[in-house]
Amino acid sequence: MNHAIEFEALAKRYGALAALDGISACVPRGRVIGLLGHNGAGKSTLIKLILGLIAPSGGRLEVLGQSPWRAHALRRRIGYLPENATFYASLSGRELLDYLARLKQAPRGQVTALLERVGLAHAADRRIGTYSKGMRQRLGLAQALLGSPELVLLDEPTTGLDPQASRELYRIVGELRADGRSVLLSSHLLAELEPHIDGALILRQGRLLAAGSLDALGEQAALPARLLLRPREDAASGLLVRLDARGLPALLRPDGLLELQVPRAGKLPVLRELLADPAVADLDVREPTLAQLYDWLGAGQHSMAEACA
Amino acid sequence: MNTVLTVAGKEFRDDFRNRWTVALTILFALLALGIAWFGSAAAGRVGFTSFDATLASLTTLGAFVIPLIGLLIAYDAIVGERDDGTLLLMLSYPLSRGQLVAGKFLGHCGALAAATLAGFGLAVAIMQWMQPPAQTLQAWLHIGRFILSASLLGACFVGLACLISVQTADKSRAAGLALIGWLASVVLFDLALLALLVVSGGNPVERAVYPYLLLLNPVDVFRLVNLTALGDGAGNDLLTGMTAHHDYSPLLLGLVMLAWAVLPFAWALFAFRRKEV
Repeated sequence: MNHAIEFEALAKRYGALAALDGISACVPRGRVIGLLGHNGAGKSTLIKLILGLIAPSGGRLEVLGQSPWRAHALRRRIGYLPENATFYASLSGRELLDYLARLKQAPRGQVTALLERVGLAHAADRRIGTYSKGMRQRLGLAQALLGSPELVLLDEPTTGLDPQASRELYRIVGELRADGRSVLLSSHLLAELEPHIDGALILRQGRLLAAGSLDALGEQAALPARLLLRPREDAASGLLVRLDARGLPALLRPDGLLELQVPRAGKLPVLRELLADPAVADLDVREPTLAQLYDWLGAGQHSMAEACA
Repeated sequence: MNTVLTVAGKEFRDDFRNRWTVALTILFALLALGIAWFGSAAAGRVGFTSFDATLASLTTLGAFVIPLIGLLIAYDAIVGERDDGTLLLMLSYPLSRGQLVAGKFLGHCGALAAATLAGFGLAVAIMQWMQPPAQTLQAWLHIGRFILSASLLGACFVGLACLISVQTADKSRAAGLALIGWLASVVLFDLALLALLVVSGGNPVERAVYPYLLLLNPVDVFRLVNLTALGDGAGNDLLTGMTAHHDYSPLLLGLVMLAWAVLPFAWALFAFRRKEV
């Protein structure tokens, strides 16, 4: 069994509305996969299906090798952090984890270790009502890790977190991957997510726009690379004209840099040329980002081969 | 079962933490002692008098207060978690929806029963100490029956609250429905029956059906369980008048009370299993 999650022609309809419209993909074990899409794309529906909280209207779904619908015991092997996690405000962090550990039949000894791992040991016995947003999110992560789950679902985990707390969260996600666990991370903060995921599932209006590793997706989309040039003094206009004549229209930015887009395939010859050009003082290459890929997919009717993320 | 008990234990402790249980215990004890002490003030006396009369007044009072409290402590059991965003989290744990509702039901019932036992028990103990009733065993039986039936009445309304909580979309709507439920069972149902009795002019068929109509309301069953046992002397004249001195079998009343304690909860369980989250 190679996949943590596998689905084929998976559909979920609410009356006439197709929340998920026959999508097929899979999440390999031991990988961190981003689940991307705007609001209403079907991310939450997919997560509820994976947790077995709702029944699919059609298609096949397997989570850790079995159908999740009403498979209560399966949830012992899954950790879940809901979006905007809120918890019982009158309990302390430790009491909450104790309670949830009992429900999950996880060793109670894990509670203290997890509180330390997410940096909440100092506040363990304080009421959750007094926690900051970031602390609640870290507590949410701790409960998702109870029982050492094989699959961890994190729904918008960094919403409302400061950069330091986000880095901490991604550090733990990295540890999970190193430990061979599978993570599905839903987010709309693409730039932030990009360095931390191995692949992505991109949803729009219930359809799967793309699935695969980030490299493969970038390759398929053939998005142009962006080049930023710093011209030598007084050489900007000449450089602009030359680039234009070469079929590479550039844009003069307010900061004095020239920006141009180069097709992926023709990147190297252009780079060589520019490096040899005495008018160029400095050069920076920006590879297409996940955000660009996302915009590109969202703008047109593009759809990529459905494959494993 | 372990999972149900884990949830029930948490709800039970929460009711303690929120001071519900302690407040109810004090309320019950004060009400009971107040009624016992001032119950015969109209006759120009204060102090502990007839034990049966006190229990009859407690029954009338309990029939108003216990349903309200049952509804209040549990109306947000599920809808509250939905509003707070914890429902999805709970359901992502290895427990079924049935186990979640059952745990909440048991926990709140337990808290209410504990408050009933502690509050009324404390009051009765004080009364016993101040003025032991003539037939002690008989008195204890009445008290035991009262506390047990009050707990079952509580369970009935905790179950009804769970049902409301499962079926409503937000907390304020649930609270409104709970109040309507209370008004309907405590006031409107009896009023409707009285009106029916007056309009029908007491024709023989209706008079025969009438005592059984009372069994359709758990609050009336609770009154019947306690008042019929006490006899006419101490009982609620209105109720004994309404039942036309019908001879209820104690076993039937007990079974109906038990059924009422379980039915709303069973419905809530059934409804929650079919609910989209």
